[in-house]
Amino acid sequence: MLEVKNLTKQYGYKRAVDDISFTVNRGEILGFLGPNGAGKSTTMNMITGYLSSTSGSVTIDGHDILDDPIAAKSKIGYLPELPPLYMDMTVQEYLDFMFDLKKVSLPKKQHIAEICALARITDVYTRMIRNLSKGYRQRVGVAQALLGNPDLLILDEPTVGLDPSQVVEIRNLIKELGKKHTVILSSHILSEVQATCERVIIIDHGHIVADNTPDGLARDMSTDHSVTVRLEGPVAEVHPALKALPDLVTCNVVGLREPPLVYEYTLEARPGVDIRRAVFAFAASHNWPLLTMRSAELTLEEIFLKITSGSYAAPAPVSQEEKAKIEAAVDSAVQEAASGDGSDLGKENDNKGGEE
Amino acid sequence: MLAVLRREFKAYFTSPIAYVFIAVAYVVAGIFFYMGNILSNSTNMGSVFSSFFLFTLLFVPLLTMRMWADERRLKTDQALLTAPVSLFSLMMGKYLAAILVYLIAVSISLVFAVLVSISAVANWAMIIGSFVGTVLFGACVIAIGMFISALTESQLVAAVGSLFVSLLLLLVDFIASVMPTDFLKNVVGSLSFSSRYNDFAIGILDFANIFFFVSVCAVFVFLTIRVFEKRRWG
Repeated sequence: MLEVKNLTKQYGYKRAVDDISFTVNRGEILGFLGPNGAGKSTTMNMITGYLSSTSGSVTIDGHDILDDPIAAKSKIGYLPELPPLYMDMTVQEYLDFMFDLKKVSLPKKQHIAEICALARITDVYTRMIRNLSKGYRQRVGVAQALLGNPDLLILDEPTVGLDPSQVVEIRNLIKELGKKHTVILSSHILSEVQATCERVIIIDHGHIVADNTPDGLARDMSTDHSVTVRLEGPVAEVHPALKALPDLVTCNVVGLREPPLVYEYTLEARPGVDIRRAVFAFAASHNWPLLTMRSAELTLEEIFLKITSGSYAAPAPVSQEEKAKIEAAVDSAVQEAASGDGSDLGKENDNKGGEE
Repeated sequence: MLAVLRREFKAYFTSPIAYVFIAVAYVVAGIFFYMGNILSNSTNMGSVFSSFFLFTLLFVPLLTMRMWADERRLKTDQALLTAPVSLFSLMMGKYLAAILVYLIAVSISLVFAVLVSISAVANWAMIIGSFVGTVLFGACVIAIGMFISALTESQLVAAVGSLFVSLLLLLVDFIASVMPTDFLKNVVGSLSFSSRYNDFAIGILDFANIFFFVSVCAVFVFLTIRVFEKRRWG
């Protein structure tokens, strides 16, 4: 469906996007994740042909965006970061205009009505865009992108600035759309990507630093040797006793969770040591009820920070060395997960994965 | 192209811009028609058409200032430039919409000409010649204004820039007259819009002048497209 090859964008001395390659298959929902200024929007602008690439190519269904722009663009529905709305038009006029501009060949009235229903803007159809709330404007932007049922939908931060109920609505809409269309959405909100996407590409300083499923990422990066436990017992006694456990590197009290005596602790063992049985035995022997024990599965937030932290330390573009380091870290985590029984444990304790 | 043309044309009339522009044109032309034709009992429409010269230079920036500057500021150009439409047809849509508004404004002269022909014999050949000249001249100034509007995100900068160019065009004859050598006098003088326009206004339909105005239009439409290409590649 979409093939991006060695895409690079140079702004003067700054390389906003550096040699990015990936392919997206039909019907996939791809999340594009990165901190602000990572190159997400630039990449999307290059895919849609708004910007041209310094080098590399973008091919949509076999049409190169630079060589055959009209054919390629007709397959894309694009919602930029700021919805491109004309404030002086009504929703109706605007959608009519975009319908004509995109040269959609479907029955006009019926098609626009369908899309309004899908994006839930039927009740503001005759109002001026100027007078719409941000949430509605965003939805008009989505509706605009949907005109003509494009094969490829590109949504740049579609839920930014919306209230929580609208966010949920838009996410559901995206999931719905993902059944028929190929969707690429960018975000710096990780839960959003986790909730909607089947695949995540993390981009930082113009480089792809990870490409996996959200759960796969969580598994790869997680450390199976640290656990969070809730124990019922006097903290003054429990904490020193826990600390004395063999193989333990750190032991912290998170805080009182269920008064009067249930405290939460985080324990981290030496790498490769599974301390869960030891913790159980410890609790049983002291007769302190063990109420919760779970592996400290990394949230996507933590993975994200972990992956991008190398470059956070150095504000300058990531050097080749650092890049190699990050990649090595990811690789070793992947291998660990694949070789040991870590992957099974990861699955067992993968709460978020279980829901999916 | 038609979609853009329709939208742009409508947008001129949802804002006060088109109304102000047209009203000023009617007032200016009305005053000159009253003085030049009615008071002096003349069928020569030259004074009306001459008045359009200054009007065009001073007020066309009002039409062109928002053409691309506003699109960029509000990021609506992203919708246009990612639509399956060529840059040229987007450009022509906008350009023709502005020309259309201009046409509505200056065609008041034709109404006056009809008024003249009711009570006297109007020289239609001359009037049509002058009208064609006015439209060509307007199209040039619109093309220049569109180009300047594409360079900036601010309507104000676009308007001031276009006015500055208008000022230069007004002063070209003066600048030419103070050039040190005859050669420079000829070069600068041949850039003059006013002498060419005056030819039209007094009814001379010179092919060289038509060619000059059409080329200026083409050059600036082309340059505007280049501005967008350059921005994409920059």
